[in-house]
Amino acid sequence: MIWLDIIIQGILLGGLYALFATGLSLIFGIMRLVNLAHGDFMVVGAFAVLVGIEALGLNIVLAAVLAGVLMFCLGYALQYTILNRTLGKDILPPLLVTFGLSIILQNAMLETFTADTRRLKAGGFEEQSIQIGDLAIGAMPLLTLVSAIVVIQLLNWLFFHTETGRAFRATSDDPETAQLMGIDNARIFALAMALAMVVVAIAGLYMGARATFDPLIGPGRLIYAFEAVIIGGLGSLWGTLAGGVILGLAQTIGAQINPEWQILAGHVVFLIVLVLRPRGLFPRQTG
Amino acid sequence: MPLLETRALTAYYGDFQALYGIDSHLDEGETIAIIGANGAGKSTYLSALVGLRSVEREMIEFDGIALGGSKPAEILSRGIAMVPEGRRLFPSLSVEENLLVGNYGRKVRGPWNIEAIYRLFPILKERRNQQSTSLSGGQQQMVALGRALMANPRILLCDEISLGLAPSVIRDIYAALAEIRSEGASVVVVEQNINQALEVADRVYCMLEGRITLEGRPSGVSREQIRHAYFGQ
Repeated sequence: MIWLDIIIQGILLGGLYALFATGLSLIFGIMRLVNLAHGDFMVVGAFAVLVGIEALGLNIVLAAVLAGVLMFCLGYALQYTILNRTLGKDILPPLLVTFGLSIILQNAMLETFTADTRRLKAGGFEEQSIQIGDLAIGAMPLLTLVSAIVVIQLLNWLFFHTETGRAFRATSDDPETAQLMGIDNARIFALAMALAMVVVAIAGLYMGARATFDPLIGPGRLIYAFEAVIIGGLGSLWGTLAGGVILGLAQTIGAQINPEWQILAGHVVFLIVLVLRPRGLFPRQTG
Repeated sequence: MPLLETRALTAYYGDFQALYGIDSHLDEGETIAIIGANGAGKSTYLSALVGLRSVEREMIEFDGIALGGSKPAEILSRGIAMVPEGRRLFPSLSVEENLLVGNYGRKVRGPWNIEAIYRLFPILKERRNQQSTSLSGGQQQMVALGRALMANPRILLCDEISLGLAPSVIRDIYAALAEIRSEGASVVVVEQNINQALEVADRVYCMLEGRITLEGRPSGVSREQIRHAYFGQ
């Protein structure tokens, strides 16, 4: 029974990692931009929810909606005014600029919120669990996994069943020809970043509600996001969910064998996948 | 007044100057062919017309409006669409999605919609859910043509649409082009296949090293003149 519990906990943890990774996967899939500030934006999202709760007196749901709207606007403006200028054949400029953004964000958050660790309070929901026989499944981890599935399902619906989704995929395939179809790449990229930032805000919400956070934890969460994306396969959102679950399972199983192995086990599985399937387990099929 | 006119059109391909003062025009309902060897500047000429190369505003005039250097989206919305060289279909989109993306963000009135494209190329209706890259070269060219038509352009620019296709397929593609012309579109055809170009065009321009070296009606230019204009000998 303990192993069943471990597997369930691993899958639920995978839901959180999938949320960490989905925004990263989306941005890389559409505009080949590796956002090194992705983890820091999750922390920004968590602090935005915290401000909504503590300064504005909102409940966590309303604070999260407000944070999502703010992050949408921030993502659009950031991509349109700064990151679009870095895109091109050379992958170095976006890496350098997002690395710089990462440092700026960390220091700005340190200045504003101090280095104290914080946690988002969900009105006691974070302490509730569902009892199934001998198993106790945490309500918050379960909601995290469900949210990840809903977010990915919605994004897939957007990509494959709407005109905007076609424009995203066309631009991802061939930006120059997409322009010939009347698609404004700058706006499409800005919209993609705005959507990714909404997912980042959701990731920040669950990150902050499930564990403590501080202004400097972004890069550590970025590693998990990278690993989930690469294990799952670049460009596939369901693959990213699978990557997150595999990473979560590796960590919980590793921790069960030896508590010191929790993080290491995740990295080892990532490296094994990288060696055996460099394109990931479920890469996007094209052509 | 011509529908489209270029005046002293100068453009660069990267750091290279590819066009040196091109004067050309296209009348309503007319088809012109641009012929020339590889590197003559034909594709750069088309790229400049659709806004993919930066040029000065007054160098390109469409329907009396200076359009040079406008964004591709604006040029398309005014009625100039291009079938790019090599088809450039979107590999992650199905055949039907490739066609639909040609009409992105617009509802333009005109003879062309998805059903009209399927009447022009019935095979595409049968293959509409397939990945575009799984089609034969000729079928891919039909998708590329159909995708451009979805915008109901007043001017259709065709860049090397016969390249790499079997003669029978080329005949089919050019037969479709005749139908497209009959619906009122003006056409610019860039071709290396001189016979094909002379057959379809009302007028022909020959380019060499970024300059127009010959202009005339196909019936009014001799093989010797074309050879001289094409190779510069």
